[in-house]
Parts: sequence; structure tokens; C-alpha cells
Amino acid sequence: MILVVLEHDGQRLRKGALEAISRARQLSSLGPLAGVVIGENTATVAQEAAQYLPTVYTAEVGPYTPEKWAEAAYAAVQKSGARVVIATGGRQGRTWTARLAYKMKAGLLEDTLETSTDGQRILGSRYSFLNRVTERQQAPLPVVFTAKPNTTPLAEPEGSGTVETLEVSVPAGVEVLERLSEQKKGVSLTEATVVVTGGRGLGSPEAFAGVEELAGALGAAVGATRAVVDAGWRPYGEQVGQTGKTVQPNVYIALAVSGAVQHQAGMNKSKYIVAVNKDAEAPIFKIADYGIVGDVHQVLPALIEAAKKLKD
Amino acid sequence: MKFIAVIRQVPDGESRLKIEGGKVDLSGVTMILDQMDEWAVEEVIRLQEKHGGESVVVALGPERFEEAIRTALAMGIDRAVHLVAEGYLDPITQAEALAETLRAEAPTLVFTGGQQADWDSQALGAAIAEALSWPVVSWTTQIELEGESHAKVKHDLDEGAEVVRVALPAVFTSQQGLNEPRYPTLPGIMKAKRKELKKVPISASSKVAIVEQTIQERTRLNKVLDGKDPVAAAHELVRLLHEEAKVI
Repeated sequence: MILVVLEHDGQRLRKGALEAISRARQLSSLGPLAGVVIGENTATVAQEAAQYLPTVYTAEVGPYTPEKWAEAAYAAVQKSGARVVIATGGRQGRTWTARLAYKMKAGLLEDTLETSTDGQRILGSRYSFLNRVTERQQAPLPVVFTAKPNTTPLAEPEGSGTVETLEVSVPAGVEVLERLSEQKKGVSLTEATVVVTGGRGLGSPEAFAGVEELAGALGAAVGATRAVVDAGWRPYGEQVGQTGKTVQPNVYIALAVSGAVQHQAGMNKSKYIVAVNKDAEAPIFKIADYGIVGDVHQVLPALIEAAKKLKD
Repeated sequence: MKFIAVIRQVPDGESRLKIEGGKVDLSGVTMILDQMDEWAVEEVIRLQEKHGGESVVVALGPERFEEAIRTALAMGIDRAVHLVAEGYLDPITQAEALAETLRAEAPTLVFTGGQQADWDSQALGAAIAEALSWPVVSWTTQIELEGESHAKVKHDLDEGAEVVRVALPAVFTSQQGLNEPRYPTLPGIMKAKRKELKKVPISASSKVAIVEQTIQERTRLNKVLDGKDPVAAAHELVRLLHEEAKVI
């Protein structure tokens, strides 16, 4: 049995859940599939989930804590006898799955790009060493793994399944006092096909108006470097890099970004990389497809003009 | 009170990696205390400075980890326990091995890095918490103790952040913004040489095997234009992106 822990927003399944279902179907030689919906409003979400999976469990445990998610997933594992558990990667998924893997005494494969099985083991590949190395891993069953977002085609609905409610005793220990939502405007950074990122070399928070204008003209999301976020010029939600977001757009335009390895960890898998920097020796040029060595304050207005002309 | 940081030694992100026989070869690479563990060490020292008690580092890894442990001691940690094991161990196995030592130490809290700069793993803190049956808070940006029984903590989620109250003992993992780590001072480095560092050899076998590692760097076009005439360069760049790369 293979269990998919389905990520959702309280109404609908998220894209990550549909990717995880696709991963589960690829392993169907290991047995039948089941899903579990954990959190709030699970009965509604389970109706949608049942269009994809023959068995769907629900665990109504309230707002997220890693303890609750691991406990609920473990209840579903015990109920279904699952030997493989699949969840969506991301900070939350990669926290509670570690707890679950420990409970199951299972091998844990984190943030996998793709996965397969030989009947006894799960084989997966993933990035390591700050996104610089690709490694193939394997672990004998039981295995818990997370699927890196945007790596797998979305599953299509298939048949209609049954829904079963699990009773889970909710562990205490963490009390949520306040949720601080990320301010979002424009295109989502992790889903954007074009990203325009500004670095410290822009000189001031005001200079980001130009970054936003170029992003607007290209239908792009705005990104920022750690130095810019640390300086308080831009919100943390825009940070690209080791401690921020990982992006893989069709084109990543880095304006006045030097390209420290910690920044590269968040963008080095982009299809095309463009750099504008006055320092021809900046590390970003080593991984750039296209670049301009020049003053960003002169180049950026010209880029905006050219981009707008293109869209007309 | 007792505060523990669990630390690891990793390659300096700036150093060049090479592959030998299908595995990353770390010979000749500069090794450092993992930056995210450094935040954990700094926070543990600050908690001790504010609330008193003891600060300890615990590490699980090969002999070479000693250098990173000495760095933590030089920053101000009181003493260290080094569980010595060579080779790759997955985070679940590591947590099993660390749990015994941590349980015996009976700390107020344990801090470790949010993500490891070698295995890119985010699992160790949560796996330790599970091994000890304690709560975990990952990606911590702010922590404040409320007496000895609770902590009020701000931490990052997938999107946005939240403030939670956690019953102690608990495990926390670090995130950027938590603090600005101090540099070890010369007297600190001298003192660190005399601080207690207990070594305990352990044997464990990994549940996960690394089969092969490769460095797949995309071949980049490296078409760099001169920006002396910024208008011409910008128009040429936009043309290339539109007509050649076809991405805008």
C-alpha cells in the first residue's frame, strides 16, 4: 500500500498534492493507493481527493503543527498498512515527514526530483551541496519521501473512491498564537516563468521601482538577494537563495547581483540566466547565458523601454 | 538551565567541489562549521548569557568535525560531546544515535541548523524531536523563554510565518535573521583548547544509501555584452531573449 499525504488549502487540493499522486501512481506495482487529508475542513477536500484515489482518509486535527501532521499520517499508515508514504516537499512537509519516518523506522528521501522502485527499494534523485550536486539515493522499504514541487506532471481524476474518517488523538506542546501571512502582489515567485531579481548593487530601496517596472513589463515575479532583505529594502518572501526560495524559471534576470554561492543555490537550475553587473568579474557572469557589463542605473531604464516596446 | 546546539562540519560554500569515482571528493576542500548551525550556536550562547546555566555542543560525524566543535567552543560554548562515526548516515539514523546522549544531558532546549549545507537535509531537528518525543519548531527567527516551562517563538512556514508558544523541552532549527554570530576572539580560541571535549565512538548503519553523485552544471552561453552604450546593449539583450532564447 502506498499512502499520499495530500496538501490542501482548506478548500481544494494544492498542485503539490496532484504531483504527489502522480508519483504514487508511478509506484503502483507496490500495491494499491490511498490518500490522507489532514488539517481543517478535511471532509470537503476529501470529496475532491476521492476523484483521484480509491481510498481517502481524513484527520480533522486543526491548524498545522509538525506533531499533529506526523501523528495523523502515522494513524493512516497503521490503518492502511502503507510501506511507502509520499508528501510534498517544502519547509512544512520536510519537517513533519522526518517525525513520521522516525515513527515508522523508515528511510527518508527528501525533496526528490523523481522516484522509482525495484520492488524492494525506493530509488530517488535529489540535489545536495547547496543545489550543486545531483545524487541518486536508495532505501529499502518502508520509505517516506517528499517530492520537490514542480517536478512531476499533475495527476488527472480517475474513478471515485471512498472516504473514511480517522480518530487521531492530537498531541499538545505547540500552541499557535498568530499567523503572519506573506504579502503577495503580482506573480508568485516560485511559479513564475520569468524572475527579475535585484541585488545590493542597486544602491537603494527606491531603485527597486525599476525592478518592479521591468518585472511588470515581462509578466515576471520580483526576487531579492539576502543582502537586500537583510538591509530591509524588500520583504523576506522575495528572497531567493539557500535560506529563501528556490526558483527554476525559464529566464532569471539578475540585476546588480554578485552571485554568491548561497544565492546560486536558489536559482542555478534556471533555464536561462541573465546578469547585469558593473563588475565583469562578478561570479554571476560565470553561470550567465546572457549578460551586460555596465551600470545598472543606466541599463535598467533601457531594458524597461526595450521590454515595453517588445510587448506593444 | 542547559542549552544544547547540535552541529556539523560542512564544505565552505565558496570552495570548488569535485567528483571522484561517482562521489563528491572533499579532500583539499575547506571545511567549516555549517553556517546554519553557527546561528544555533550563537543563539544557545545568548540564551545562556541571558538566563544562566550551561551551554553544550553535541556533534555526530567523522574525526574532522573536531575543528568545527573547537570553533563553537571558541565562540563561548562550555563543553562538547563528539559522537564519532565515519561515512554517511541518514538523518533518521543520526537522530537515533544522538537521542541517547541528548536524553542523558536533559537540556532545556536543543537548537540545530535549518538545512545542512552538504546533504541539503532539513530533517535532523525534527527527527531528534521525534526521538525524544519533544515538539519541534523549524526555521526559527526569534525565541524568547517564558520561565523554564515555555518559549514564545517566531518561525517561517512555507508561506509567511507564525508565532507559537511551545512547551519545553523542545527542539528548534535556525533560520536567517535569528542572530548575527560573533567571531571567536583570540582568548576564546586559547580557552577552547582546554575545554572539555568528550569523544564517544559509535557504530550505526544508514537506512539510506547514496548510490552516485554527479555535478551537472548546465553549459551556459556566456554571451556578455559591453554596456558602454547602455541603450544599444539593452535592446540587443531583449532581442536575444526574445528571438534566440525565446523566453520573453
